[in-house]
Amino acid sequence: MSETTNIYSSLYQQSIEKYGASDPGFISKLREDALNLLTKNGFPGKKDEQYKYSFLEPYFSNGYNRYLAPKPISFDVNHLFRCDVPALDTQVIILLNGFYFDKANPLKTLAGGIIVGSFKEAVKKHPDLVEKYLGKCANSTDSYVALNTALAHDGIFLYVPKGKLLEKPIQIINVLLSDEDLMVQHRNLFILEENSQAKVIVCDHTLSPVKFLTNSVNEIFVGENACFDYFKVQNEHNESVQVSHSFINQEKASNCRSTTITLHGGVVRNNLTVKLNGEGCENYAYGLFVSDENQKVDNALFIDHAKPNCHSSQLFKAILDDSSSGAFTGKILVERDAQKTLAYQRNSSILMTDNAKMNSKPQLEIYADDVKCSHGATVGQLDEEALFYLRSRGITESEARLMLMYAFAFEILNEIKIEPLKDRMSELIEKRLRGELSRCNNCEMHCS
Amino acid sequence: MSEVNNDILSEVTQQDYKYGFVTDIETDTIPKGLSEDVVRLISEKKGEPEFMLEWRLKAFRHWQTMTMPKWAHLNIPEINYQDIIFYAAPKQNAKYASMDEVDPELLATFDKLGIPLGERKHLAGVAVDAVMDSISVKTTFRESLAELGIIFCSMSDAIKEHPDLVKKYLGSVVPYSDNFFATLNSAVFSDGSFCYIPKGVRCPMELSTYFRINAANTGQFERTLLIADEDAYVSYLEGCTAPMRDENQLHAAVVELVALSGASIKYSTVQNWYPGSKEGKGGIFNFVTKRGICKGANSKISWTQVETGSAVTWKYPSCILRGDNSSAEFYSVAVTNNYQQADTGTKMIHIGKNTRSRIVSKGISAGKSNNSYRGLVKISKNAENARNFSQCDSLLLGSKCGSHTYPYIEVENKTAKVEHEATTSKIGEDQIFYCNQRGISTEDAVGLIVNGYAREVLNQLPMEFAVEAQKLLQISLEGSVG
Repeated sequence: MSETTNIYSSLYQQSIEKYGASDPGFISKLREDALNLLTKNGFPGKKDEQYKYSFLEPYFSNGYNRYLAPKPISFDVNHLFRCDVPALDTQVIILLNGFYFDKANPLKTLAGGIIVGSFKEAVKKHPDLVEKYLGKCANSTDSYVALNTALAHDGIFLYVPKGKLLEKPIQIINVLLSDEDLMVQHRNLFILEENSQAKVIVCDHTLSPVKFLTNSVNEIFVGENACFDYFKVQNEHNESVQVSHSFINQEKASNCRSTTITLHGGVVRNNLTVKLNGEGCENYAYGLFVSDENQKVDNALFIDHAKPNCHSSQLFKAILDDSSSGAFTGKILVERDAQKTLAYQRNSSILMTDNAKMNSKPQLEIYADDVKCSHGATVGQLDEEALFYLRSRGITESEARLMLMYAFAFEILNEIKIEPLKDRMSELIEKRLRGELSRCNNCEMHCS
Repeated sequence: MSEVNNDILSEVTQQDYKYGFVTDIETDTIPKGLSEDVVRLISEKKGEPEFMLEWRLKAFRHWQTMTMPKWAHLNIPEINYQDIIFYAAPKQNAKYASMDEVDPELLATFDKLGIPLGERKHLAGVAVDAVMDSISVKTTFRESLAELGIIFCSMSDAIKEHPDLVKKYLGSVVPYSDNFFATLNSAVFSDGSFCYIPKGVRCPMELSTYFRINAANTGQFERTLLIADEDAYVSYLEGCTAPMRDENQLHAAVVELVALSGASIKYSTVQNWYPGSKEGKGGIFNFVTKRGICKGANSKISWTQVETGSAVTWKYPSCILRGDNSSAEFYSVAVTNNYQQADTGTKMIHIGKNTRSRIVSKGISAGKSNNSYRGLVKISKNAENARNFSQCDSLLLGSKCGSHTYPYIEVENKTAKVEHEATTSKIGEDQIFYCNQRGISTEDAVGLIVNGYAREVLNQLPMEFAVEAQKLLQISLEGSVG
């Protein structure tokens, strides 16, 4: 057992002593299995194929002693936080350092029996529901997922019953606020039953200049004919490390769309695992990151076409400046039965400097014959001719570059289906490309 | 239509391997197994100088610390290295002075394979080095090539006659510690071809090596070293066959190419080792390390391969583009049928400025086979204006086969332009229908489509090989639309 895994197995023991009593049996079992997996496999090393371009163990070996007993923090949401996206009509939920903030009202039942609130509370109130779904699609052997399963205590729980529609999008704001280095592990569980529909927006904000390590897992179940739209903006400071896993399980004829925009962050690794588990599913995944300084952003996708007639499409773009480095891994698996699959994948990156680095690894693994699959990857710089064209029309070089970069990013922004959010994101990206801090003006949290 | 297709499919799968005969010829073999003594014995048998033995032993000691790589998308049964004969040679008393002295059985073998070995085939214009069971049996045209200063001989002769060249270049592209199979090869390689083209010489004929495994229970480990000096040009062909046997046989070769300033090397392979029976029994394990280096400015290396045989193929002909303005190409058609498995591709490592590379890979899988493309394009920090274009297409015939693509793209320079695209599909019913409608039978239509699909690669082959490759493709796949 390596030193790092030792840290976590002792942390696990403490966690069991402290909270174990309140865990129902199935959760204790999940945690135990996860810890065994972690101690058996250890953290992925430099040679691990899945983490070839992201060696994360050093960030985890820091020893975040105060994980189980963080200092209490006074935090006035109304004073500190006002989301400045005009006309974005959402229901805001705040997760403070990975724990549900609104202690007075941990689990809300909305019209139509939609349940939303704290994951911890949901385990107490609706153990049957949680047991039915928890860990069912996050069943990977990934060590970071195991770590989360073993140690996560809270997060967001969303349940949309059969045929119901969530009127307002839910906006989850992950606030990281602490006066010492902090590790955060939250677990979100989203369940959409047949014919239901929901939209979720997630924003990450770091509010204090200490080191944050986030290791989160989302499990998303999209039932028959259900429709789910997931949107995530990552905007953390350069000292933070974020490892996130999203697992999506789609049933027959369901539709799921996910967009991840990384504006800022020290080290970011996003994993997206999609299982198309019924006929006629559609899945769209989009990603965009703009990085500078020494940031590292790594997006890894795994799309599993298990059933026939499904359609998946992925488009990931990156603009890399300074000494930043990026990676993309996109694997499409088409299983034996999945005839008539359509799967498309594209990864395009622009390198702005000689010190920036991009690694791209698109993969196809196909076992069915009647399929159409393709992937494409490009890495390059701005088109000199396009630049010349603009300059010959009296546009300054820097402005011309900006226009081209913005146009490059716009392909992703254009896929955001919530209008006010799209406008706001476009504005933020433009600012980001100008080198200005991508903070929300009205927000006093100065999250950049 | 599907019934017709099934007929055609079964026809294809029952196609026999026509090179599966065994030649009854006396062979000189050493006992099974691998140890330092075996390495010494091989070196001694070949009468090698001291430096070669040292090199072999170094490789062998390193090999003992290594384990077989598991990363490829292949299912390889455990190989018992102690159950393999590492050296087998057709018995020969002395070097042949002329063709008349060559064992007639041996000549008949090569005749059957259609190799222009005899001097009478002068008009064929191909210089051949034939390697049977690890030993180079005959090198033709040696004298006429020598007039131009070209050295074309077996590796063992080269070690004896041109030790300086061998010392300088052997292991310079594929070091003895490179990978499991290359290290094994370095320790026990028995023979192979050596070729040196001097400054400014354009080799007037195609050079060719023909590999043949004959003896049972043997492994074949040959080593090819090809050096093109400044502004030289050479086109080199390689072909392989083996008898049908129930057990798997191991083939672990190493090919090294060195292109100095302005030199150009074209290396073509038609690999048709015995692929195993329809039930997946027997066949050759083909674990080959091929690598070329564009050492000087303006040099060029082009790999072309047609892979139709072998039970398991593990092969990545690669290029290191070190010289400025150097360029590299990789053209590949890989066909797998029945239980064959192939994991093949290339590595293009751009180091010099203004380097260009192009990858065209066409995979065709049928039956229960698995066919993977695995490639790396790396643009290092100083490789200004590097350019790469990769295209990987896969064609699936039948619903039980698999086709996979694993490209790696690593870019560290902003002026680089790297493009990769891959598609996977089957032959469209509309394409077949279009041909049918114009009076072309389904079988011919598939032949037409598959050949058209692979044309881009086949066009790169030298004339003689192109014909052979086209036929091979026809045999392997004609009509097998799923």
